[in-house]
Amino acid sequence: MESLGNGRAWVFGDDIDTDVLAPGRFMHRPFDELAQNCLIDISPDFAKNVAPGDVLIAGRNFGVGSSREQAAQALKARGLAGVIATSFAGIFYRNAINLGLPIFVGDANEIKNNAKVGLDVDTACLSHEGGTVRLEKIPEYLLKIIHDGGLVPHLEERFANERAGR
Amino acid sequence: MTLAEKIIAKAAGLPSVQPGEVVTAQVDLAMIHDSGGPRRVEPILKRLGTGLWDKERVVLISDHYVGDPNEESHAILELTRQWALKNGVKFYDAQGICHVVLPQKGHLSPGMFVVGGDSHSPTGGAFGTYMFGIGATEMAGVLATGEIWIKVPETILIEWKGMLPPVVCAKDMMLFLCGKMGMDGARYQAVQYAGAAIGAMDMPERMTLSNMTAELGGQTGLIAPDSTTAEYITNAGGSPGRWQEWATASGAVVAEHHVFDATELAPQVAAPGSPANSAPVDTYKNQQVDVVYIGACTGAKYVDLKAAAAILKGQKLAAGVQILVAPATKEDQRKAAGDGTLKVFEEAGAKILPNACGICAGYGSARLGKDIRCISTTARNFKGRMGDASSEVWLASPYTAAASAITGYITDPRSYAGAS
Repeated sequence: MESLGNGRAWVFGDDIDTDVLAPGRFMHRPFDELAQNCLIDISPDFAKNVAPGDVLIAGRNFGVGSSREQAAQALKARGLAGVIATSFAGIFYRNAINLGLPIFVGDANEIKNNAKVGLDVDTACLSHEGGTVRLEKIPEYLLKIIHDGGLVPHLEERFANERAGR
Repeated sequence: MTLAEKIIAKAAGLPSVQPGEVVTAQVDLAMIHDSGGPRRVEPILKRLGTGLWDKERVVLISDHYVGDPNEESHAILELTRQWALKNGVKFYDAQGICHVVLPQKGHLSPGMFVVGGDSHSPTGGAFGTYMFGIGATEMAGVLATGEIWIKVPETILIEWKGMLPPVVCAKDMMLFLCGKMGMDGARYQAVQYAGAAIGAMDMPERMTLSNMTAELGGQTGLIAPDSTTAEYITNAGGSPGRWQEWATASGAVVAEHHVFDATELAPQVAAPGSPANSAPVDTYKNQQVDVVYIGACTGAKYVDLKAAAAILKGQKLAAGVQILVAPATKEDQRKAAGDGTLKVFEEAGAKILPNACGICAGYGSARLGKDIRCISTTARNFKGRMGDASSEVWLASPYTAAASAITGYITDPRSYAGAS
């Protein structure tokens, strides 16, 4: 079994929407300030205490609402290793991939809040003290975008190749 | 093929497509606004070292920060204007909410494949256009390349038999569907609306259906074009093209087919937190309200204003109730001013707000304060969306919102229908 690492689980329920991920009242403010207020209305400690390697676990329809990609960007900026939910809103899913935030469909609801966890993006495995949860693998072409760091670096590579005539 | 499959196949340059298949589609038009548009895509385009793939296929509309009274917002609007000038794209500055301005200016036609930088972009589906919302990074990719990947969706057919009763409208249908199917009920697939009640609707009402497909979790909300569609597009200065071709073929496979009876639908209200918290208006009839908001792309088009005014006309507002009206576009406001509709609101003491997204999206000067309870003609009521986290948003049709303004609590508009 792979090591758990230092990640912790942040567990949320169903229908976590983009208005709590990226509140409208901070949308005109600098991005850092918006990210510091990610989830502030339902989990005041989250943005303050989340650490690199942590994993967010949620129920159905995560990221429902607006197309504002700051919702996914704020999670990435706070250092999350990935988001796991039983289902995602379509636009949020696309945004997460395009920003290079690993995102998995799966049921990890046996894991308690603040439990130690480790996420392996390529194998789509989430380890915890009680075992390993197998998540749905990210399709190959989307995994490539995530590994490139998101759509922008992915396109940079494509344009560079085109310019070089490859 | 279904209507969705036909449009995607055309955009992908393929003879046919199957649900579940991932294809690369050529985009016919990209719509962006001041929030997710220039300020977010320009740094990416710069980084990619490329310009727009086709400036003739980009429409920019400022609507989010219009009327938002602070320096940062003014700077965003200024940046938006400069970008429009520099890039030579079609630009509508402070003309109203993008989802309504785009078809009002004749930009949508049946069979087009269109992306919008906003989650309510399924609105375009009302015109038989495959239109869906994407985030800013993905939009930058479209602006640079003119293409986007799409997983061909299944089609979920929602059929409304019979005719809607008086003062029951598209908003009630969608709140009902949200309650029935849930906010993920449409599984990011393509919804198609059909049936006698849809055929009898004008385009602005159909746009409310398609728009709120976002609240059902669908990627787009299509309605096959008919003579109503063609006439609207022609009057808007656009071209409906060979619109008869854009329909779901008989015998095409749909994943789900739901049938509802329009004649039995009651006005619906959604309690705070989610549009899926909907129930017939009587369920919530004792809730007092502080603010009545007639606004947004699904609740303040000309027909919505006319609906609210039909109830309000000759009535007084309940003591302590404030009514805010933000007509969806300048054109809608002009029409409402021309036939006396706007005067009904003015006489009721309404505050008229800019033609913008405004507090529906949490912007502007009229945001809800602490513990304020608002009944709103908008599409979403998530916690804190329209202001303070303690404020409450109850979603309803323009008829129901107007009736509630008269009594000061949530009220069935059918008790005022005689007045209309």
